[in-house]
Amino acid sequence: MSQRQRADSEGSLGPDDEVMPYSDDETDDELDPPSSEEEAAEPGDGPPGAPQPAVASDLGWSVKANDRPYHQLPEFQRKVFLCIKKSKYCGNAIKTYKYNAFTFIPLNLFEQFKRAANLYFLALLILQIIPEITTLPWYTTLVPLVLVLSITAIKDLVDDLARHRMDKEINNRRTEVLLDGGFQESKWMNLQVGDVVRLKKNDHVPVGQRLDDDTNNEKLQEENQLAHYDAFIDCEEPNNRLDKFTGTMRWSGQSYPVDLDHMLLRGCRIRNTDHCHGLVIFAGSDTKIMRNGGKTRFKRTGIDILMNYMVYSIFALLILVSLGLAIGHGFWYEHVGSLAWYLKDGKDQDSVYRGFLSFWGYIIVLNTMVPISLYVSVEVIRLGQSKFINWDLQMYYGEKDTPAKARTTTLNEQLGQIEYIFSDKTGTLTQNIMAFKKCNIGGKNYGDPTTAKGVSLDKGRPVDFSWNTHADPTFEFMDHSLVACIRSQTDHETLEFFKLLSLCHTVMVEHKDGQLVYQAASPDEGALVTAARNFGFVFLNRTQDTITIQEMDHEATYEMLALLDFNSDRKRMSIILKFPDGRIRLYCKGADTVIYERLSPNSPHKETTQTSLDRFANETLRTLCLCYKDLSQAEWDAWARKLQVASVATRDRDDALDLVYEQIENNFLLIGATAIEDKLQDGVPETIANLAKADIKIWVLTGDKKETAENIGYACQLLTDTMKIHYGEDLRVRQALRRNVAPSFGHKKKAPEPFFTEPGKNALIITGGWLNEILYEKKKKRRRFRLRRLGRRPLPESPADGQPINDFEKEMRQVDFVDMACECEAVICCRVTPKQKANVVSLVKKYKKAVTLSIGDGANDVNMIKTADIGVGISGQEGMQAVMSSDYAFAQFKYLQRLLLVHGRWSYIRMCKFLRYFFFKNFAFTLVHFWFSFFNGFSAQVAYEDWFITLYNVCYSSLPVLLVGLMDQDVNDKLSLKFPKLYLPGQQGALFNFKKFFISLFHGIFTSLIIFFIPYGAFLQTMGQDGEAPSDYQSFAVVTASSLIITVNLQCCAASPSTSASCAASNALRQPYLWLTIILTVGISLLPVICLQFLSKTIWPSVGDKVQRNRKKYEMEAEEEKRAPTFQRGGRSRRSAYAFSHSRGYADLIASGRSIRRRPTNAGSTNAGSTNAGPTNAGPTNAGPTNAGPQDSIREAENI
Amino acid sequence: MMASGYNAKEEDGHTSGGPSNGGAAGGTVKSRKPDNTAFKQQRLPAWQPILTAGTVLPAFFVIGLIFIPIGIGLFVTSNNIKEFEIDYTGVENTSACYSCAQNFSWNSTVPCTCSMHFTLEQPFESNVFMYYGLSNFYQNHRRYVKSRDDSQLNGDPTSLANPSKECEPYRTIDQVGPIAPCGAIANSLFNDTLELSYLANGSKTPVALVKKGIAWWTDKHVKFRNPGGNGNLTAAFQGTSKPVNWRVPVYELDPMDPENNGFINEDFIVWMRTAALPTFRKLYRIIQKKADQTPTLASGHYVLDITYNYPVRSFDGRKRVILSTISWMGGKNPFLGIAYITVGSVCFFLAVVLFIIHHKYDSRNSSADIPN
Repeated sequence: MSQRQRADSEGSLGPDDEVMPYSDDETDDELDPPSSEEEAAEPGDGPPGAPQPAVASDLGWSVKANDRPYHQLPEFQRKVFLCIKKSKYCGNAIKTYKYNAFTFIPLNLFEQFKRAANLYFLALLILQIIPEITTLPWYTTLVPLVLVLSITAIKDLVDDLARHRMDKEINNRRTEVLLDGGFQESKWMNLQVGDVVRLKKNDHVPVGQRLDDDTNNEKLQEENQLAHYDAFIDCEEPNNRLDKFTGTMRWSGQSYPVDLDHMLLRGCRIRNTDHCHGLVIFAGSDTKIMRNGGKTRFKRTGIDILMNYMVYSIFALLILVSLGLAIGHGFWYEHVGSLAWYLKDGKDQDSVYRGFLSFWGYIIVLNTMVPISLYVSVEVIRLGQSKFINWDLQMYYGEKDTPAKARTTTLNEQLGQIEYIFSDKTGTLTQNIMAFKKCNIGGKNYGDPTTAKGVSLDKGRPVDFSWNTHADPTFEFMDHSLVACIRSQTDHETLEFFKLLSLCHTVMVEHKDGQLVYQAASPDEGALVTAARNFGFVFLNRTQDTITIQEMDHEATYEMLALLDFNSDRKRMSIILKFPDGRIRLYCKGADTVIYERLSPNSPHKETTQTSLDRFANETLRTLCLCYKDLSQAEWDAWARKLQVASVATRDRDDALDLVYEQIENNFLLIGATAIEDKLQDGVPETIANLAKADIKIWVLTGDKKETAENIGYACQLLTDTMKIHYGEDLRVRQALRRNVAPSFGHKKKAPEPFFTEPGKNALIITGGWLNEILYEKKKKRRRFRLRRLGRRPLPESPADGQPINDFEKEMRQVDFVDMACECEAVICCRVTPKQKANVVSLVKKYKKAVTLSIGDGANDVNMIKTADIGVGISGQEGMQAVMSSDYAFAQFKYLQRLLLVHGRWSYIRMCKFLRYFFFKNFAFTLVHFWFSFFNGFSAQVAYEDWFITLYNVCYSSLPVLLVGLMDQDVNDKLSLKFPKLYLPGQQGALFNFKKFFISLFHGIFTSLIIFFIPYGAFLQTMGQDGEAPSDYQSFAVVTASSLIITVNLQCCAASPSTSASCAASNALRQPYLWLTIILTVGISLLPVICLQFLSKTIWPSVGDKVQRNRKKYEMEAEEEKRAPTFQRGGRSRRSAYAFSHSRGYADLIASGRSIRRRPTNAGSTNAGSTNAGPTNAGPTNAGPTNAGPQDSIREAENI
Repeated sequence: MMASGYNAKEEDGHTSGGPSNGGAAGGTVKSRKPDNTAFKQQRLPAWQPILTAGTVLPAFFVIGLIFIPIGIGLFVTSNNIKEFEIDYTGVENTSACYSCAQNFSWNSTVPCTCSMHFTLEQPFESNVFMYYGLSNFYQNHRRYVKSRDDSQLNGDPTSLANPSKECEPYRTIDQVGPIAPCGAIANSLFNDTLELSYLANGSKTPVALVKKGIAWWTDKHVKFRNPGGNGNLTAAFQGTSKPVNWRVPVYELDPMDPENNGFINEDFIVWMRTAALPTFRKLYRIIQKKADQTPTLASGHYVLDITYNYPVRSFDGRKRVILSTISWMGGKNPFLGIAYITVGSVCFFLAVVLFIIHHKYDSRNSSADIPN
């Protein structure tokens, strides 16, 4: 497992900047500087010797081994604060915590007051302190503010304490450092740049460091010699690019290139080696992983944005209302107030000034209209909802002990609004467990159940591999004839086929308890090598430049001259071997399209293989073509030189290598093709069908061939027989026609006529190439730049190959495409790169303004996951990268329907109800002041007593509203899954939008009217039962407040909290008249609402209402279904699937010789390799006659 | 929020795969399986009022059934209450108090008096409550409401000597001392004196007006206290000044009765309980029912003698005197009764309408099943 993870993360570190979304911008920046710099940057081989210290190279970062004082030299000092200078090289102690005991309160307060809501509170508080305008006592604002601040502060404190603990633990980890001529245990935090460290197997790498491989092995034997190791490394400044590193090492008169392959990144784990040595290059916060921290894009939900707009509009309303009331006060004062002798306050203020003061007074009084505590409550609710997701047992995958995890707490309600799902296929829809099923060798198909004599059977038994001692017992194969063919050793091509499989790969092998354990970059490769192993071609061992296999009965060792690794552009990998008899042969395996382009014209079996490839694809198997090519010594020598040059290029090494590879990979002779099965995950078809019913459109983005993709689409019910399938290529004409019409529309946003005029459902299948015509993104530009730099060709001026002339046309095309694709129920994009995946997502996001979700499991999905509104990572076979960049993570695709249809729906409904209710509640509360002001001369007198205002939002009305936000279930989970149509309101945003917002506001206004005017009518001229006039202000305030609390809480359908009794309240409330007033007020406030709701449910019932009404019935039905389990697992047999893995192999590791196991066969003593090691190069393609060093390490990059 | 920032824990990676790579990690691998509790799995029993015909329609009927009798009861009670109101502001020049209103001056030492004659058509049987009512008087103005010092009124000697700043500008008088009671409310104490007499056969029989028991018990006994008890008030208020508009100092509000003097003077307390609306009534006196069977106020001619001290003409205010009997629900106010009857009837009506609508649509909807 860990190997797979490693492998995949490796892939992401590969050369394709496709994978790392953040690399885009930087790449563009990098492209810009003039090429003159390149020469300067190329150190070449430099003048040998003379490693001058402290040469400020343009790379800007120099490290000297074993020389701590060197890094403190003045030229490396930088100003930190005033005249305190500090070395630019960080120590290795990391500090992720934000506060310490002294800074906590000021810093935390500062952080909190950066938020607008808190600042608003503070501004109010300041206003309230000004005696001229204070209308509410200061504590009405201070109490809620302190409450909010302290809750947040406590949360921050807990988080920070956890970080403190974590930092402490990490900083105190121990490692061995070369100090004073010997290795000593040291804490991580004491490491410094330039230190030489020794790491043991399974250790975490404490720093970003250069991996010293066998270059220095001879020295490693004696520590005192290593102590004199004084290499200089000039390299780039610390950055966050995990996929790039350039530098040069100068040591004992020679220069060596240092690139990413020589780097161990902090947080990685050492595998496959007992120990290794390294030189610290970046420490602490300079390391790439730390530079990457906090880079996560901050996603916000649509509701968030909507909410902000609403708060803004309420704020505007507040100002308008206050302004109106202030003007009212001015007039009132002019005509009434100034004449009232009893109001004389001895101040010489004219009515305008009084109006001005009144304005601020009303801002304070009506401040509760702007629902500031909303933000805190929303956070609490979201946190709770995330916890519910984490706690859900039905999203817990027992086999891997993986519960679902909400990695963000800010996006929950958006889960209920998803319109488009973009799914990866391999590992997401399928299990990513590969099994070798079929093959075509020399034009002949194998794999169907067949007897040894070649007679086809309907049902076969698995082949018995007991003759082969190395066979993997889990391997199953049905075709006895192939085994028979191999064991007879007559068919040369069959033998060559399996020999290729056992040689051409980047699999690592481990001998554990006498068993062979393969660790493969991609599961495909593992399956192929395992197949070869079972058929008698057992991959036994590899060193840096040899491969040993067992060919049926004898062992053979091949010298590996070069390994041309896989990447997603090349879609193939090759190996160049020198046979024991001196022949040089290139073996290649790759995607059929790539291989067929490069086949020699007289290659055999072209047509027959093509047919079987199509057949395999139809059976949804993943296919690869195998071929070979013989090279002469002269050809090899000539090419090897080019390779050598390319491999030491300091810039664009990968591009240069690709070009060189291209030169030798041609004129292949075809051997055959393999077919690998990738099983669908459990419950995928049901999930997809259910999601489709919820009107969620599912796009599958895959690297597969069109045919396989189509078949997998059928297999997982994405495509159904009722759909009409359109292929991108066929639509080109139609699109072009439309495009000619389109300009007449101009910019007017008219609903475009549909593409597919035929009735019925449509599905679209397009390919990456076709997509490229639409996307035409940066890629072209970049390639042009790249070409220009490599070939120094002038920039081609004329836009050829139908490239869009201007941005407008490009945009039109994109809009067109999105419109078309969105008309389809299902879209399958095959042959797409990770970059294209992300582009498709962003196109839909941009032009459809739809809520998108991406789900994937591998590094190639990271881009898409980060682009979509919501990214879901499947923690499966392929590493943690998708999970690390995702917002939600779980183990199985099928949990997606629960996440969306149950949790998403609930979260959305709860949040909407909460928000609507919150706005209502605040309006109902605040506007009573507004009505009251018409009867108190607009003097900003409040309609409630101060303590009530203080407590209203904090206590009386927040608990029920929080309960709604957390617990409300209109329909339980089973029914939500049973009726996917319940999901529709979320997609339409029907439960919370400006219309609903205004309805809430009007409801609030209506309620406030009732709450004010019913008591007004009742109080206008009455007396209490004892004859006292109850129409005093306090009684009035108590009656309005009680009515409000009861109304608001009943509205919430939750228990009403007890009314706190003050002196005045008890006095007022013992009067039946007041109780009758309260009852009447509550009644009038609630009855129309109930009536309207009932009417709407009766006349225009939504699906939810119907389900709710018939809940009992459906629950009974479900109960019955359970009792009689007529469970049918998909009528049709499950089809398998195919894709070409996007991950890069281990070739660089193998080739650079760092990852090679000792050969147990010839290494009698385990030290053999190290004792006779001689000085060697340290190039990535080290073809020299080097022995395997003891430094076998694989970078365990799972954690990046 | 949670996703942002560097998380040191993630540096160590997920221990993905649990058992398969367990061994090396050592120790027992704790399962990360969530707890199966009703709360965490969101299976808590939820009570939800579902608005079905079965709940809404009966509810409306019941509400109608309850509200209408209450309303009728309230209305009848309210109608049985006898109330008589007389405006003595003196705006119209036909009014008896016209000249008093016209010639009002703060400085006049001779009080202006006027008499209003009126006739009660019906006798008032039970206890009669006498109110004065003011209109267009903003006792709920923010500055006005605040302009008092409750601790001073509660007898706190320090506040007496140094009243709250809220009382400005009625806090202290230069050279004289702090005002007791301070503030605008106290300053504007209603100071008309009203006396009621029955006119029978040309002779004037004064009606006995009780001036105690008109304030809330809690106000009289808890909120308001004289400094240093009810003993020698003159001494207790030594060094304080009377409010600007007052004619007598606070300790002479009712020199006859020490239980009704100073801050605990009930007229003062009633005034200090500010009204919610600009038109308000305050209890002035109670006319106790007599022991015998004669009505408290027999029908006939009465005269109201007013010592006209309180100016309202400047701000278009009105002064009234109200005589009213009281029922269990208080004074005369048909509003609540009418409102209850209206709401009850509307409920009834709605219940019928909803029933019809429900019947019409329910048959239509129940046939259309949920699209699956």
